Amino acid sequence: MRVRTLERLVGVAAILAVGMAAAVAAQGPAKALLVNGSTTVGPIADAFAEALMKKDPTLSITVKKTGSGDGAKALVDGLCDIATMSRFMKDKEYKAIVEKGALLVAHAIAMDGVCVIVHPTNPVSGLTGDQIRGIYAGRITNWKEVGGVDAPIVGFSRDTSSGTYETFEGLIMKGEKMAAGVGTVGSNPEMHDSVATTPGAIGYVGLGFLGEKVKALPVNGIMPNKGTIASGVYPIARPLFLFTRGYPELGSAIHTFSTFYLTEEGQEIVEAKGFVPLTNY
Amino acid sequence: MANRIHTEGAAAGFDRPLLLTPGEDLAGYVVGLAGRFVLFLVAASSILAVLLIFAFIIREAVPFFLQGEAGVSAFRHVFDRLAELFASTQWYPEASEAPEFGALAIVAGSLYVTVTALVVAVPLGLLTAVCLSDIVPFGIRQIIKPVVELLAAIPSVAYGFFAALVLSPLILRYLDVPTGKNVINAGLILAVMAIPTIVSVSEDALTAVGRDLREASYACGATRAETILRVVMPAAHNGIIAAIILGMMRAIGETMAVWMAAGMANQIPSPWWDLAQSVRPLTGTIAQEMGETPVGSTHYHVLFVLGLVLLIFTFGLNLVTEALLGRMRRQGGKNT
Repeated sequence: MRVRTLERLVGVAAILAVGMAAAVAAQGPAKALLVNGSTTVGPIADAFAEALMKKDPTLSITVKKTGSGDGAKALVDGLCDIATMSRFMKDKEYKAIVEKGALLVAHAIAMDGVCVIVHPTNPVSGLTGDQIRGIYAGRITNWKEVGGVDAPIVGFSRDTSSGTYETFEGLIMKGEKMAAGVGTVGSNPEMHDSVATTPGAIGYVGLGFLGEKVKALPVNGIMPNKGTIASGVYPIARPLFLFTRGYPELGSAIHTFSTFYLTEEGQEIVEAKGFVPLTNY
Repeated sequence: MANRIHTEGAAAGFDRPLLLTPGEDLAGYVVGLAGRFVLFLVAASSILAVLLIFAFIIREAVPFFLQGEAGVSAFRHVFDRLAELFASTQWYPEASEAPEFGALAIVAGSLYVTVTALVVAVPLGLLTAVCLSDIVPFGIRQIIKPVVELLAAIPSVAYGFFAALVLSPLILRYLDVPTGKNVINAGLILAVMAIPTIVSVSEDALTAVGRDLREASYACGATRAETILRVVMPAAHNGIIAAIILGMMRAIGETMAVWMAAGMANQIPSPWWDLAQSVRPLTGTIAQEMGETPVGSTHYHVLFVLGLVLLIFTFGLNLVTEALLGRMRRQGGKNT
């Protein structure tokens, strides 16, 4: 009986050893690329990754979408090769990476507009930047104060780690703190769903996430669309970035990914995702 | 303890002692010792894991109280930080000039959502448990109990989606309120998550009371209602309280569902009884903000303090539950 148990143990150990050796041997394709960052730039990065992996099967690109701040942190810590961000690096993030001995290079790959959205049944036809700031700061609490029906305003915002929030805060709130009653959601699709299901809601999403179930409002009289955003006429427009440590080595996977937006295929992808290409291809 | 157990050869059929001393069987002794040591390590590792979790959270939470202005006495500073944390509702941890860390609205949010969940879950859960143990035929109980326990297996993010996409529009339509993501929504979904726990544990407690007590009560002429309400339930009160506390722990610790359902607005509802307003519980705040705070910043440490508050609270509840369940088991044993 004891001998049989011993044989069994040896057998299990042998299987484990072979399995581990196989896992170590099957390492994966030669070139692996890790991209992390913004949920806004996420769809573009996903599509780029797919197109590039189709062209070069030895390339393996992983795209994570945990937020602009997280992407910056990962790049600083050396945990990713490319950080996608919907805002520029903050001072302290920039300083942190310089302290680690690298310099950052920003590649602006597309323009994005932050659209202010309301429920489709909302009769309001436009808002000014000051009105939007008043709503989010808690000074304006009823739709009738801005030309709508007599109903309380339900504000939705993104959490403070989001690049969309940073843009909105910088260009509309201008440093003023948001009111306590403003609900927070975690992502662009969640914001879209929240506004689509709540009649008295107001929120903001990136242009790429505008759907039929919500209504985008003109800000200061300017409707968000590709033309107004690309030219910068729309007040809440921002460039989307890819950050790399230093200029990527020519011919490397990082270089291919970072310059893909300059190609025709890249620009087509950017447009297909609902963003505004930077070049006139 | 006898080291040598001798038997007379003829009586038992062997002619050597049953237990060998180390001197006689060194290899066996060493192997036994080693085996016991390995098992001890395995058992200790789980205790060690819990202790290490506590230690890590405390270690990351303490710097929040120590960071800050110099020139103020340390004790005074700690007291100031505690006061700000639990007495102020201004939560602006990412503000560049003067970040504020008032967590009162957040703690209140957790309490609102938990109490609402319990108000819905406890009556439903207890009534279900009473039905299953005393009223419904055994065959039906055997079918219903596993189905109720199946509810506990549904992932909480699925509950969260259900709350945000289905329950929220329903609340908007049938209750005349501005937003569908509020205390009612989160409370209902947490109640659905807490009910299987409450039903399971209270049903066990009610069954453990045993036939004798029930038969004695009927023999004294009590009706079924009187037996249940005045004999069986009081006899099972330890287990029932433990069930309620376990349900409470489930509700307080739930993250994904409240993140999607509670609205996450940093406020205490304005007339305090208006449950149709959004709140922000502790768990949702930590989940939402932890992903991106720079490690080592005050924001990072204060999130750990919030986690510590949660941990202390649930740990305390857990200790109480263990004591009550222990008493229930001992009582149950006595009655059989």
